[in-house]
Amino acid sequence: MNGRDLVGALGPELLALLRSAGRIELEGFSLELDELELRLPLGAFAPVNGGTPPSPVPERPDQLLPAEYVPSRTTYPGRIREVVLGATRLDGGSRGRSLTIGGADAPAFSLFDRPVVNLPVISMDVFDTRVPMPKALRAPFEEVRDDPAEWARLNVNRFGARAVTVHLLSTDPLIRNASPREAAATVEAVLQAVDVPLIVGGCGDPRKDADVFKEVAAMASGERLLLNSVTLDMATAKTLETVARAAAEHGHNLLAFTGLELNDAKELNRRLYEYLPPEQIVMDLTTVALGYGLEYSFSIHERARHAALMGDAELQHPTISGSTNAWAAREAWMPMPPTYGGPELRGPLWEAETALSLLLAGVDIFMMSHPAAIGALRRMINALCAWPLEEVAEGHANDWVTSPLGGDA
Amino acid sequence: MAKRSITETSPIEVYRLLPRTNCAECGEPNCMAFATRLVNRELALESCPPLAHPEYAEALAALEALLAPPVRAVLIGTGDRECTIGGKYVVQRHEFTYHNPTACAIAVDDSAPLDVLQARVRAADSFSYNYIGRDLGIDAIAVRSTTGDPARFQAAVEAVQQACGLPLILCSPDPAVLRSGLVSASDRRPLIHAADRTNWQEMGGLALEFGCPLVVSAPDDLSGLRSLVRTFLAWGIEDLVLDPGTFPGAGLARTLRNFARCRHAAIRGEDDLLGFPLLGAPIAAFAGEEMDPIRCAFDEAITASALLSRYADLLVLQGTAGWSLLPTLFWRFNLYTDPRKPVAVEAGLREFGSPDRNAPVLITANYALTYFTVESDIKSANLSCYLVVADTGGLSVESAVAGRYFSAAGIAEAMASSGIADRVDHRVLVIPGLAARLSGEAAEATGWRVLVGPKDSSGLGPYLKERWPPGPA
Repeated sequence: MNGRDLVGALGPELLALLRSAGRIELEGFSLELDELELRLPLGAFAPVNGGTPPSPVPERPDQLLPAEYVPSRTTYPGRIREVVLGATRLDGGSRGRSLTIGGADAPAFSLFDRPVVNLPVISMDVFDTRVPMPKALRAPFEEVRDDPAEWARLNVNRFGARAVTVHLLSTDPLIRNASPREAAATVEAVLQAVDVPLIVGGCGDPRKDADVFKEVAAMASGERLLLNSVTLDMATAKTLETVARAAAEHGHNLLAFTGLELNDAKELNRRLYEYLPPEQIVMDLTTVALGYGLEYSFSIHERARHAALMGDAELQHPTISGSTNAWAAREAWMPMPPTYGGPELRGPLWEAETALSLLLAGVDIFMMSHPAAIGALRRMINALCAWPLEEVAEGHANDWVTSPLGGDA
Repeated sequence: MAKRSITETSPIEVYRLLPRTNCAECGEPNCMAFATRLVNRELALESCPPLAHPEYAEALAALEALLAPPVRAVLIGTGDRECTIGGKYVVQRHEFTYHNPTACAIAVDDSAPLDVLQARVRAADSFSYNYIGRDLGIDAIAVRSTTGDPARFQAAVEAVQQACGLPLILCSPDPAVLRSGLVSASDRRPLIHAADRTNWQEMGGLALEFGCPLVVSAPDDLSGLRSLVRTFLAWGIEDLVLDPGTFPGAGLARTLRNFARCRHAAIRGEDDLLGFPLLGAPIAAFAGEEMDPIRCAFDEAITASALLSRYADLLVLQGTAGWSLLPTLFWRFNLYTDPRKPVAVEAGLREFGSPDRNAPVLITANYALTYFTVESDIKSANLSCYLVVADTGGLSVESAVAGRYFSAAGIAEAMASSGIADRVDHRVLVIPGLAARLSGEAAEATGWRVLVGPKDSSGLGPYLKERWPPGPA
């Protein structure tokens, strides 16, 4: 019998009792209802003996009222494609192992109602030429800055990098204008130095990058590189097809870069579908540093992921974040008064938080630099990807309220 | 009545409940315009004076119900430092916008000598960082009782009140300790932390007696949290804050899951028992096994960042060092900007100091953060110069160069429409270092000599000192 029926049945009895007794007491009576609606005619309860009206203060339960929480599981019609980075000998490359990114079928690290399909990956940067870098950022790499292969080796052997990004900035016509052949030789040296999957970055010039990527793609045929990046600029410069065809022919992945604009991202992907399978496309929606527009990156990633999970196939690609961009924020590297500590503290924290925000927005692979920032993000990824979830000591949850705490940093 | 999603409320529905006299007392041309701005949460019901008349009492109540956020807004503190937490309409900021920026509280404890305690409070209160024209700072003080001594706690609460006017959070599991603090601070409307399943009756009694908002705490136990809320609602206590527990490090998965569950349930599941602000305690990073204060502060900042992204409405922090506070205060500010509004400043010509006809001419992007950074650097270096702000679609110089929103043609166009050629006798333009690749083409497109300036505008002072006036080409 539900509550409404019960009251309906008891109502007349109650009224009759009240009429004769003036008051009733219920003992050992409990009633659990979702919703209780009482409709009483006005004046049905004349004050008994002209006494005071009932107090407006609600009766305070002296036991905790039960209210179980029942988690709900949300399913989405869409799913992010998986992209494989790096090819082993069995697959026609020379990598020790390949990495699969993407595959998400729910928003990242939100309701934790299913295991993470593929753990987010961190790729460590290598620059092929000396570019101005904040001291705190270049300090860990001072000895290898003139040797990309050694730099890559340091990243893998000392810092545990699972992927490496070689930025071929020397090819920039405004820097050294190194030839595509020189650039390919650099990539080849790195491929020989380490056996993790590689990301190969250009200089941002749509014509020069096309020449460089074409050369690199052929030299590293079968290695499943991620070429970073192709842009709508290349479409304008009529060089997009060259790169896309080279990637398709030699079995590489393409990174489709657009500037915080989902319609552009979709348009670029559509153009790329003409040349290669969508499983070879990763998106870079642009990472802006904390304090300089990270919230735009954050929301564009949340929007892209939501749309993809809701079924927008043109956005169902894994995403990448160039989190080293965090160092573009002056608060990461500039000298500041003592309370702000040095850039060796501020910088890595800035890089870690920039990456962390985008990790929570669903980014699948990170290009990062500072070992301390990478360590922090790696710990975070491990904590968030454990399945089943780590147990916690509930009894200690509020230790911060009553315990003496470590000194103030 | 079940609350509906913010995006489902139509201005028409709101309009029907308004007086519909088009009196314009709210400052809008008519009631329909006012209704639209109400639905967008750009104006509040208080802006409509006629609604205060008794004849509209029913309509006002209906409007309040219609426009109420699914996450209750809770006021802590009083006077000009009071702050409102919660009042959320959406889970993700891009769905609408986040209201009431996460309040950041610095913790102090009652074991410290009172002068030390007051020094810490004053330092926290005076912490300020100017970021694009806004002062970022601390919003509240959490007083913890580590002594468990009511007299010590009371003395600490009084000392904090003498030192600052910030809202207080009084923290102890012991109702006797809290009572002594509340006796001293009840007129400041402090937030009480916290009622749990062992002390809830006494804590509920304190909340009612002193008329203060109350935190309910049930670590990693949402059923327990709902049960406490349900009970307190039956007691008539509505200003509640939820503390589902903050577990830094390996426990962050559970922490974030609980925060997300609460917020999803409140907004998407219409769960009234979880529709309250969420308290996060990154300070817990200091209460674990890690002893190194630098590492603790680093972990605290990381935890704070994650909780800001995952819906925390109030954070309790221990670290007061600028390096750990800064990213937290930045991210808090950024997340609460309105994603519906462009962050571009108007393109055009700006004048700094008293530029003459030989003054330097600089150019930059119209992204607000870029512009304000350049502006503040020009001002702090005391430069007299012209700054051409180009329309880069609201992108920073670096992004705009990469995305071709800042191009040689764009520079030429911005120069022409700014009318700068009539203001100076020379023809030398300084472009941002991050746009160096455009220098050749820009010289061609503008007919001006182009110099590549510093990559960061903080270098403008020294750069111009050395390079201006420029020698012969």
